[in-house]
Amino acid sequence: MSATMEDIRDHGRGHHHDTVDRSGTPLVDMRDISIAFGGIHAVDHASIDLYSGEVVALLGHNGAGKSTLIKILSGAYKRDSGEIFVRGEKASIGNPRDAKAYGIETIYQTLALADNVDAAANLFLGREIMTPWGTLDDGAMEAEARKVMGRLNPNFRRFKEPVKALSGGQRQSVAIARAILFNAKILIMDEPTAALGPQETAQVADLIKELKKEDIGIFLISHDIHDVFDLSDRVVVMKNGQVVGSARTEDVTKDEVLGMIILGKCPPGATPGPGAMKE
Amino acid sequence: MSEATSDTSLTRSGPTAGVGGFKGFMRATEIDTRMLGMIGALLVIWVGFHILSGGTFLTPRNLWNLSVQTASVGVMATGMVLVIVTRNIDLSVGSILGVTGMIMAVAQTQYFTPMLGYDSGLVWIATLATGLVCGLLIGGLQGFVIAYLGVPAFIVTLGGLLVWRGGAWWVASGRTIPLTDENFKLLGGGSDGSIGATWSWIVAAVAIVFIVVGALAARRQRKRFKFAQKPVWAEAFTLAISLIAVVGATMIVNSYLLPGPLARRYAEANGIAVPEGGLEISFGYAVPVLLFIGVGIVMTFIAKRTRFGRYVFAIGGNPEAAELAGINTKRVTLMVFALMGMLAAVAAAISTARLSSATNAQGTLDELYTIAAAVIGGTSLAGGAGTIAGAMLGALVMQSLQSGMVLLGMDTPLQNIVVGAVLVVAVWLDTIYRRRAA
Repeated sequence: MSATMEDIRDHGRGHHHDTVDRSGTPLVDMRDISIAFGGIHAVDHASIDLYSGEVVALLGHNGAGKSTLIKILSGAYKRDSGEIFVRGEKASIGNPRDAKAYGIETIYQTLALADNVDAAANLFLGREIMTPWGTLDDGAMEAEARKVMGRLNPNFRRFKEPVKALSGGQRQSVAIARAILFNAKILIMDEPTAALGPQETAQVADLIKELKKEDIGIFLISHDIHDVFDLSDRVVVMKNGQVVGSARTEDVTKDEVLGMIILGKCPPGATPGPGAMKE
Repeated sequence: MSEATSDTSLTRSGPTAGVGGFKGFMRATEIDTRMLGMIGALLVIWVGFHILSGGTFLTPRNLWNLSVQTASVGVMATGMVLVIVTRNIDLSVGSILGVTGMIMAVAQTQYFTPMLGYDSGLVWIATLATGLVCGLLIGGLQGFVIAYLGVPAFIVTLGGLLVWRGGAWWVASGRTIPLTDENFKLLGGGSDGSIGATWSWIVAAVAIVFIVVGALAARRQRKRFKFAQKPVWAEAFTLAISLIAVVGATMIVNSYLLPGPLARRYAEANGIAVPEGGLEISFGYAVPVLLFIGVGIVMTFIAKRTRFGRYVFAIGGNPEAAELAGINTKRVTLMVFALMGMLAAVAAAISTARLSSATNAQGTLDELYTIAAAVIGGTSLAGGAGTIAGAMLGALVMQSLQSGMVLLGMDTPLQNIVVGAVLVVAVWLDTIYRRRAA
């Protein structure tokens, strides 16, 4: 019986109404970005943008270049060429610290947590609260951690334990808390629900909706269209390091997006990119 | 299971609610079980040697000597913890000890004493400062090659092991250099390099004040953020244990008395009349031991309360995550090795002063004892885990084994066999403990 439901959803257009205002300057505008590793063009002249309060799903197979493109934005990789604009101004992002200064926060697929220290230490890693004497203010950090974690995951109590002792969902909430703790304007989520159960996945979906309301722009990266289709306002598909095309989610179906991912074939509702199949 | 944990820490009445027995006791008092195990092992070793040696191990004299002998390797072990926590290793510390010891001896005899005058109060300061700067530079250079040029620490410090040992020879063409400055020699201990009974009690009193104030400050901090308080009985218990330890140690070092002739000389020098039944002049804490404890406190502070320390552990836990969090991991790595080099120089000052001279072979094999002390003290070679206090205890365990075997008159080869075997068994037990805890 749920099969019919699935069918209707799979073949219907993106069912939520697009309310994003795209008339002004984009929050993020990455233009003509390229990076190569040992002669392989991991990202090949890719352009992508993101507006305030918008969720853009970046889709593609493993190795399509989506994670690499986004790691350039988060400062983990240095691009070979291309430019990044944040709120219309040219941004120089050379390392993760630069990116954070622009309000760009990233939740990595691996979560990038230091497993041997506790949740508060992870939340404030690199941005510790200090006492007037220049020492770590662990009390203040734990108090802040309790506040933000209380919002995300009210049942979370294990503040004194190293994060390796936590469950997958708890670790995920620590990583998310770290990203939103410092007033992120641009949030990058790499496979945010890959390691989660259904309940935790729903929690993440609720959180994304809430962050949208706060005018945060969000990149959702996934190789699985089902994870992100219903959450996104726009989809961008990458293949072999190039952008196949982009489309408002309400203008395309899941099958059409699958066609873009697998074949690189751009449907009528989408704007083709340099990686689109030529006919 | 995880639910139970969350529930107990929720309870405002105290973290022990709902958990009884030994486990609850350990949690309330926040005593580290691994630390407790180590103290247990140490006591077993001590009592064992005491019985085997026919009652000569647990004497004030032997324990005092043990404390002095532990100081040099112990100081280096505190630095080795941070090196190993960042997933590195330093095989060169014994050689750095050798070369900085030699530099200090040469600088003192050839430059500082002639320049500043015999027994000027500045000589020892200048000597020590020279050694510390050299250690810092040597460690920093190795750290630079490791962090910025990307050569593995094992190789860089293996090279350093040879380079700095050769350097030690080269500084003085292989000669043994006797020290000239009496003040500097105090760093090595001995009857002069000990602070006597009165000062030992003063040190103990200061330590007690710090322990009590520290406990109160921790309570205030918890209150400030409305975190669950440690139960009062648990607080009182841990305080009592620490105070007993401080008082006990002070009583032991104070009950080691200067032997007759030394005491007489001391009395003459200080104009004390010799009473009936002989003099009772205590050694008290030895200067190198106080230095060792001081280094331990400073290193614990660095590891737990500073940004640098936090980054060291984060890098050890997940280097990639640390990098992505915006931490300059290369700089932290360089600093860890520079700090290690400086601590090797402190150890060099202690051991040079203790021998009253610098020799070419000084510190040979110390890198292995240092690494062993850190690892026995619970530092994980996989990185990310370890405590300064554990390494200090580890150094004491290693030295207890060695001293005990010397006391029993065991042959050197057999001593090596035992030490090697103990190291392997200790790490094996620790592996089992970790697997259980995880």
